[in-house]
Amino acid sequence: MNTTGNESENNNAVEGAGDGPGEQHRTPLRKRIRWDWLFLALSATALIVLSMIFEGKGRIAGRVVWEYAKEMVFILPSVMVLMGLFAVWVNRETVVKYLGEGSGIKGFVLAALLGTLPTGPMYVAFPLAAVLLKKGARVANITIFLSAWACIKLPLELVEFQFMGWKFALLRLGLTVALVLPMGIMVEVLYNRGGRAQLQADASGLEAGD
Amino acid sequence: MSMTAIVINAFVAVCLLVSLVKSREKTRYALIVAWNALKRMAPSVLAIIAVIGLIIGFVPPRWIASVIGGESGILGVLAAAALGSVLFIPAIVAFPLAKSLVDMGAGTMAIAAFITTLTMIGFVFLPLEIKELGARFALLRNGFSFLVAIIIALLMGLILA
Repeated sequence: MNTTGNESENNNAVEGAGDGPGEQHRTPLRKRIRWDWLFLALSATALIVLSMIFEGKGRIAGRVVWEYAKEMVFILPSVMVLMGLFAVWVNRETVVKYLGEGSGIKGFVLAALLGTLPTGPMYVAFPLAAVLLKKGARVANITIFLSAWACIKLPLELVEFQFMGWKFALLRLGLTVALVLPMGIMVEVLYNRGGRAQLQADASGLEAGD
Repeated sequence: MSMTAIVINAFVAVCLLVSLVKSREKTRYALIVAWNALKRMAPSVLAIIAVIGLIIGFVPPRWIASVIGGESGILGVLAAAALGSVLFIPAIVAFPLAKSLVDMGAGTMAIAAFITTLTMIGFVFLPLEIKELGARFALLRNGFSFLVAIIIALLMGLILA
């Protein structure tokens, strides 16, 4: 039940189809939308201005932007479709059973395995994590999922192995795997502690909303 | 198209077909959810790409090397970890850089801290993570990741010394 704290924050995030009329009277969301446009405007301006001043470096930056934009165009839409299908087809009970409060060690392992699947960059993991959290996965498992997604990847390990040697790569991987679980639990404990009053407020708001 | 992209797209296409066969209405709803998520994330993702371009294009590797290789001890580890959190460098560039730093005599601890925060923490992604998962979760997760990276670095320094 401890995940309800995020639900009201993510109402618009996950239940995208139904939030049309809700958007109008939610000023916090509007504020956030302006922030990301501002962030985009600032970074794009900086990129363009710097590229005009330092032409050689600008060409490198341009190539990098092009490569990542291509990756985004090829991966992001299909991951969003996957997220949408997940939101529609997988019911809450299933997520709670496999990744929720009572899922125990199996839940940790499943979360880690989901994270290590060969997938795209970090930013595609956030909406997936949000949908899991909304459907009742526990915070520790979401943390493990995101950590695995970020740093336990086979291609990454192979490059590390090649350049840093097996001792360095294996030790770092082993320590990461060993420490991600206690980290997930710590994040969960602190997440739940401070937010209890907030959680209850959100939960009642949800009942009224649903 | 990269191998990853092909695998993901093929997998999603199959899922979409199965869903379409089972229920047109639910599939339509799933696509609406997907489209709204895409619209919501687009500005942040474009900004992330611009920042990645800025970092890779305009932060000179020599400067990174001077931070990681320069300081030693716990201060060096902290500096390396902070740098790894803020920067975004693809693995194929980061590991050769790390290797050359080791060859130049940089400490194992600093290198381990740099690589761990580089992969684990994305300062660039923070606005998007806050937007999708809430500030509380995002800050806790990134804070603990930083702590864990320091612990990993210290342990590696002790074991590999």
